[in-house]
Amino acid sequence: MTDRIVPSLADYFWTLLKVGLSGFGGVLPFARRALVEKKKWLTEAEFAELLSLGQSLPGPNIVNVVVMLGYRDHGIPGALLCVFAILFAPMVVVLMLVSVYAEYSSVPWVRRMMAGIAAAAAGLILTMGVRMLRAQPQRAAVYLLAGGTIAAKLAGAPLLLVLFVFTALGMFLAARGAF
Amino acid sequence: MHPLDSDNVYAALLFNFMLLSLMAVGGANVLLPEMHQFAVETRGWLTHKEFRELFALAQAAPGPNVLFVSVIGWKAAGVSGACVAMLGIASPSTVLTLVVAHYLERFRAAPWRIVLQKSLAPVAAGLITTSGILLVRGAGQNALALGVSAGVVLISIRYNPNPLWFIGGGAVLGLLLF
Repeated sequence: MTDRIVPSLADYFWTLLKVGLSGFGGVLPFARRALVEKKKWLTEAEFAELLSLGQSLPGPNIVNVVVMLGYRDHGIPGALLCVFAILFAPMVVVLMLVSVYAEYSSVPWVRRMMAGIAAAAAGLILTMGVRMLRAQPQRAAVYLLAGGTIAAKLAGAPLLLVLFVFTALGMFLAARGAF
Repeated sequence: MHPLDSDNVYAALLFNFMLLSLMAVGGANVLLPEMHQFAVETRGWLTHKEFRELFALAQAAPGPNVLFVSVIGWKAAGVSGACVAMLGIASPSTVLTLVVAHYLERFRAAPWRIVLQKSLAPVAAGLITTSGILLVRGAGQNALALGVSAGVVLISIRYNPNPLWFIGGGAVLGLLLF
């Protein structure tokens, strides 16, 4: 990554502010689109790494991801700025919505609209998973790792166990050149 | 008195959410039962019905899903309660993540690090795909909702427009058809 242009603190701030404010139903698809596809600050592999670490460490996933992202280029100030950028503006919006919601909570059309947003947002998360799968090298070892992870999670295995088992297996296979 | 049982609402919010922060492996939503017990049953800051409805609202609203925590803080002690609750849920995990980030940077070129990155990618893709499957299942109370989710997947993979179009489209379809 020697030829990479280092984004400034202001770049991080404005980009993550926008990601936070557009992240209806979950910010991860919006974050991936901005960081990997549009700005190209992260490669597909780097994003996947930050995401899996963000999921395995305790705490909110996206907060962990932006902490690692900000720290990489700008140390602790970068990490804290990124957390602030992704949380603060949407928090204001959410609290404003909550304060008017009491009057509308029983209105049927509000419920129907929220159900529609939830269905679309769920589709976006699934799309993000499919995109990440398609970006992998198409090798037997990759199918085994991704398929095994999906099967184990759907069967209800605990997250940390799944992460540990399949990451260890993946490191073994990758070290032997299987993908 | 134990800090978790403090009569001071800010201390109670801060210490309880700091504790929960370190238990939230896999994201803030795994903490729902604990937050319900603490905010609804023990403290009575909101009713069970409010808890469910505000959670759904915080999910649909823009921003990370962890912002539901700020809603609990807001119900307990207004805007300052919301800020204290967010500080509590975000700071312990952030400190831990910073330590991990530090070592990742230090060993960026180490062979084990490159192997780790390779192996984490398919696992992360699998985990997100599973979350997507579970969310689609949860949101799809009827065939129409499932159709909306499926339509989003197909159109997005084929054309990759700005995801906000889908959110807007979902809101309109929900309004008209559900």
